[in-house]
Amino acid sequence: MSNYSVIGHRVHNVDGTEKVTGSGKYTFDVVLPNMLYGKILRSPYPHAKILKINTSKAKRLVGVKAVVTGKDTLGHKQGIWRRFPELCDEEILCRAKVRYIGDAVAAVAAIDEDTAEEALDLIEVEYEPLPAVFDPMDAIKEDAPQIHEGVELNININRHIEWGDVDEAFEKCDHIREDKFKCSSQAHVCMETHDAVASFGHNGKLEAWTSSQSSYYIQRLYADMLDMSESDIRVHNRHTGGGFGSKFELDSAQFCAAILSQKLCRPVKIVLSREEEFTATKRRTPMYYFLKLGAKKDGTLLAKEVRVITEGGAYTAMGATALYLTGFFSSFPYKYPNYRYDGYRVYTNTAITSAMRGFGAPQSTFVGESQLDMMADDLGIDPIEIRRKNGMTPNYEVPGQAFIQSCGLHQCLDKIEEHVKKRGKLPPNHGIGVSAYGFMSGGIFNWFNTPYAFSAAVVRINIDGKVDLYTGACDIGQGSNTTLSMICAEELGVKLEDVRIFSGDTGICPPDLGAWGSRETLMNGNAVKRAAADCKRQLLEFAAAKMGANIVYDLDIKDRWVHLVDRPERGVSYFDIVKEAIRGKDGVAIMGRGHYTPHRKGMISPAYSFGVQAAEVEVDPETGRYKLVNVTTAHESGTVINPVGIEGQLEGAIMMAGGYGFCEDQPMDEGKILNPSIADYKLIRSLDMPETDILEIDTYEPEGPFGAKEAGEGLTNPTAGAIGNAVYKAVGVRIYDLPITPEKVLKALKEKEKQTKKAKKQGV
Amino acid sequence: MKKELKFKVNGQPYDIFVEPKKLLVEVLRDLVGLTGTKRGCNSSSCGACTVMLNGMSVKSCSVLALQANGTEVVTVEGLAKGNQLSPLQKAFLDHGAYQCGFCTPGMLMSSTALLTENPKPTKQQIKEGIDGNICRCTGYNSIIRAVTAVVKGEYKEAK
Repeated sequence: MSNYSVIGHRVHNVDGTEKVTGSGKYTFDVVLPNMLYGKILRSPYPHAKILKINTSKAKRLVGVKAVVTGKDTLGHKQGIWRRFPELCDEEILCRAKVRYIGDAVAAVAAIDEDTAEEALDLIEVEYEPLPAVFDPMDAIKEDAPQIHEGVELNININRHIEWGDVDEAFEKCDHIREDKFKCSSQAHVCMETHDAVASFGHNGKLEAWTSSQSSYYIQRLYADMLDMSESDIRVHNRHTGGGFGSKFELDSAQFCAAILSQKLCRPVKIVLSREEEFTATKRRTPMYYFLKLGAKKDGTLLAKEVRVITEGGAYTAMGATALYLTGFFSSFPYKYPNYRYDGYRVYTNTAITSAMRGFGAPQSTFVGESQLDMMADDLGIDPIEIRRKNGMTPNYEVPGQAFIQSCGLHQCLDKIEEHVKKRGKLPPNHGIGVSAYGFMSGGIFNWFNTPYAFSAAVVRINIDGKVDLYTGACDIGQGSNTTLSMICAEELGVKLEDVRIFSGDTGICPPDLGAWGSRETLMNGNAVKRAAADCKRQLLEFAAAKMGANIVYDLDIKDRWVHLVDRPERGVSYFDIVKEAIRGKDGVAIMGRGHYTPHRKGMISPAYSFGVQAAEVEVDPETGRYKLVNVTTAHESGTVINPVGIEGQLEGAIMMAGGYGFCEDQPMDEGKILNPSIADYKLIRSLDMPETDILEIDTYEPEGPFGAKEAGEGLTNPTAGAIGNAVYKAVGVRIYDLPITPEKVLKALKEKEKQTKKAKKQGV
Repeated sequence: MKKELKFKVNGQPYDIFVEPKKLLVEVLRDLVGLTGTKRGCNSSSCGACTVMLNGMSVKSCSVLALQANGTEVVTVEGLAKGNQLSPLQKAFLDHGAYQCGFCTPGMLMSSTALLTENPKPTKQQIKEGIDGNICRCTGYNSIIRAVTAVVKGEYKEAK
């Protein structure tokens, strides 16, 4: 271990005591004087024209203060791909047409939730139901109903990625596999549902508290939808009860609360019910995957062709990014000399599909790693060996797409191979499946069209030497407040408890794009490090003058001790230098600024992390039921800033990604989600949770703060594939569609038995 | 019509009037003003609203407030003694047994109830004890490690 004093050490999260005592305030807990409570009326039809809305009865109910519909809005359409107006297609409060069961049509503000709920029943909406389409394969047919005007074949967006000569390369392959897969949806299931308190003052300014992954995005999207100046909107974010990709677009709670508050100049709070959370917020994108993979006899992968059709749901949302990233990460983590991807995102009359932890990569990793195991099997090559043969290495360029600097994939493969060998001969019906993955450390793309730096931070040192760190980064539970405070303390040479962080408040923090795409550690971490370095430089200038060092670079600060680098015992107290420096600056507090925007880093991300996972399952061949016995992950994410945080990300990802492979699903009937409750939506609970072992690999990422990179989403990628491969190893059946349920395993086992009997009969 | 509810919350007696349909979670949060107890589903499936009622863990969204008449309720705010965190709270901190923190109060209450009933649970019993609580962030294992550390006596109760 290095000689860092703060980073790499096991610490309590900076907001930990608030969380274990219940004193931390979430938006869910915010109560303002004179506050009203809002509820939202939603469409029961998957596709319908709104002919008339009569709100008069609802308005007459005692305790109701306002009822709004789409007519009370400016009719602007939100979209997070702001650079492309045609992709901004969501009104939130629909004016003329609803496009999925759950689309909002009206909202009520009343003195309490019960009254608001009662008022919803009194709103009369006259609909003209329209033909609807639910499956993207149907929606792209010529005669399918058109969901958005002027959008042919309901194709919302398509993406093409290509390098090398794929067709020529397939000619040279010894073996080619073509396989079809289907990836299911998944709900984020944040423990805190979407909620907001919006408060317009009589000065026309808006203050909002909301559970969000990006205060800046919410501020900017509010400005778009309400035609306001961004600085007249202040968005607060303190504690957020989970995000996982669901909370960085303007949602119905936020928007309806604001529209109601604007009308009344009173604070309005809207908390989505768990049922609304399942049916009327966004979800993971279901995908049809068509894969063609070609290899030489020795396992060298020569070409891959990927076609994807995704179920978009009613609006664009972040689905466009998921479509791109699933295409890019379909090539991961291997060196394909020839690669072609075509993806189509198709509008359907279903709940909107968008970003969710892993962002298209859990899908591509499940299908890719399943197919790669089949390829290895066909060629008689060990699954780890085929990954080793083709795996990415440091300083590899994905042709025309990305440059990968640090990469510890091969060390991870070695560790997992050791682990598998150590397990030795497995008991009957056990199997270990392996899956390799990689992910980005924040995105380079700027479809949001922000003029700001991607990340920014301000550090202020007060007269007592305590440090205030201001950043737009949002802590949604992943621990960015702790990680960023650690980076600040390390760079400045103070202790963690000297740093107080203010985050996610657009009124006082510089803009940051927020917590998505695994960007905070690298991008905001760089901004924080630079802001802290700016402060340190100012302090050292004073120290140099005082101590008579040759040049300022001879000095450093560590553990609150300002000293000569070569003679650490010679120094002065950090606190004394701060006092003198501030006096010397005519009483102006020491302030430093830091920014980060990736430059010349390809098209995707400034850095990538890698890993390999081995899942062990035990299958009961009588019932198809299986148990997740153990999931072991060899993972590298550059320098580890916050080890407790990384462990938490790793284990937590296995609950979510394991759930994607194991049990989580959203079955639908005519666009209606059939299990919109935690009782019916099956998640991994403590009794299903496997043992989780972590094998950390040391790498150093030159682009990251202190060498750090992503450790959040990438871990969601491998598990479904590892489970699929493990089930195959255990009982010899391959499941092509997620989730891998006992029913599917049993059906496949019966089919296999039938085939075996048939073969025996024929004397094969 | 509102009815009288007399009960103790974290040792403090309350005598208040509540509508019969009000749930315990609503009264604790809205009338008693203790917002540490969360509400994640309102259908007793997620466990975020878990509190202790006469020493047993209950989901306060599935208990009518009036059913708590004459009882003693302990919420997450009642775990620390003055400025001293309870052993489980300390263990949760050390083991990173929380992330977003929204399930944490319920998780702590289920664990506290478990250890009140059975101070030496096995690992399987710990898993069973928190099986009614969903945590979407941690993957449970850090929580199980934290509870195990308390069971092993690594954390002492404040005097």
